[in-house]
Amino acid sequence: MSKIPLQFRHNGRDVAIFVDGGTNLLVALRELIGDMTPKFGCGQGGCGTCSVLIDGELHLSCLTLAETVAGRSIETLDGMKQGLNLHPLQRAFADHFAAQCGYCTPGMLMAAKSLLDRNPSPSRDEVVEAISGNICRCTGYEPIINAILAAAGGRASA
Amino acid sequence: MAVTVKTFTSASEAAGALSSDRSARYFGGGTLIMRALNEGDVAISTVVRAQDQALTRIEASGPRVTLGAGVTFARVLAERDLGFLHAPARSIGGPAVRNMGTVGGNLFAPNPYGDFTVALLALDATVTVAGGFGARDIPIEEFLQARERQTGTLVLSVSCTRPASTEAFRYRKIARIKPKGGSVITLAAHVPISGGRIAGARIALGSMAPTQIRARAAERALEGRSLDTASIAAAASAATEGTSPADNALGSAWYRREIVGVYLRRLLSGQE
Repeated sequence: MSKIPLQFRHNGRDVAIFVDGGTNLLVALRELIGDMTPKFGCGQGGCGTCSVLIDGELHLSCLTLAETVAGRSIETLDGMKQGLNLHPLQRAFADHFAAQCGYCTPGMLMAAKSLLDRNPSPSRDEVVEAISGNICRCTGYEPIINAILAAAGGRASA
Repeated sequence: MAVTVKTFTSASEAAGALSSDRSARYFGGGTLIMRALNEGDVAISTVVRAQDQALTRIEASGPRVTLGAGVTFARVLAERDLGFLHAPARSIGGPAVRNMGTVGGNLFAPNPYGDFTVALLALDATVTVAGGFGARDIPIEEFLQARERQTGTLVLSVSCTRPASTEAFRYRKIARIKPKGGSVITLAAHVPISGGRIAGARIALGSMAPTQIRARAAERALEGRSLDTASIAAAASAATEGTSPADNALGSAWYRREIVGVYLRRLLSGQE
């Protein structure tokens, strides 16, 4: 079967790849582009660790058919750092011990970024709702919620 | 195994491609089909997509509401005129799933999913599917009863009449994880009251049978009576009639039968 040519923007850079029919975006990002920041968790939409932003909207890359993102803009955790500096959310996650094993962290950070891009000063309930599609088995969520609230409050870089 | 993806600009072309290939499946938001592909479902060799703007249209200004099959739950939540559907839309997945999952796809979602469809069943929705000559309307109950045979059918839209008042329509999903989680049971009730009496009660249940079903005995217990402690108790005790819940990791069939009447009583009496 022939491969399908596919072009899209990946963290602000144009990329062109060839995918097999039915390939999901997560596989395209990891295996064809080499961006290992989105993780494979459940493959069912239950865990959220493959979360990426498509045209600024939070999506699950493992449930996204790669060819549907032609011409669109994909943001992953790899594009979050600002030059040599961590993004305020990443800094807050480190300061608040919001990552233990780290497997959920890429998805948590993208879900948090998606929230703060729309709502720079969310309530605690809004933070809980924003990460409700992301499973963490280590932290018990409290440090993650606190980190996101701290990043929103601008205290993370202090 | 590679899958052939066929993308069409119009829904009617996509419907034609679906009806001519028995193994083809329609790809809406991806939360069902990609999941099957990720699990290695070899029964799916062709997926069909349509980039037709008609599929993502929302008509919500009048008393009759129509949602294109490709409307996502995030869009339902963003629409102020669809306030009565916000509770069921919000009960589905996390934000990413709501940005992807569609109203049309939810009609096909197996237990413990398909919560939006429970609300649509209580609201006596009509499902519009692409037929040989244009579109065809099917009552949602009939559509669900024949759901297994509908995989080659392209759903174009669903429509329902707006509930007469906010109190007339109630929805509750019972999940083990809050605010997100698969359904233990899902309940929706439309109890319009006219002259102090219930006229046209419809109660729909999710995860109480292989597909979403109506609790007809409970409806009969309410019909023509006032919504009071006695009629609510009668409806609650009749809630399990005709149900055939299954065991799964979220709850046993026994547990579902035990709680459905309790939650129906709470739903109808306005308790949290």
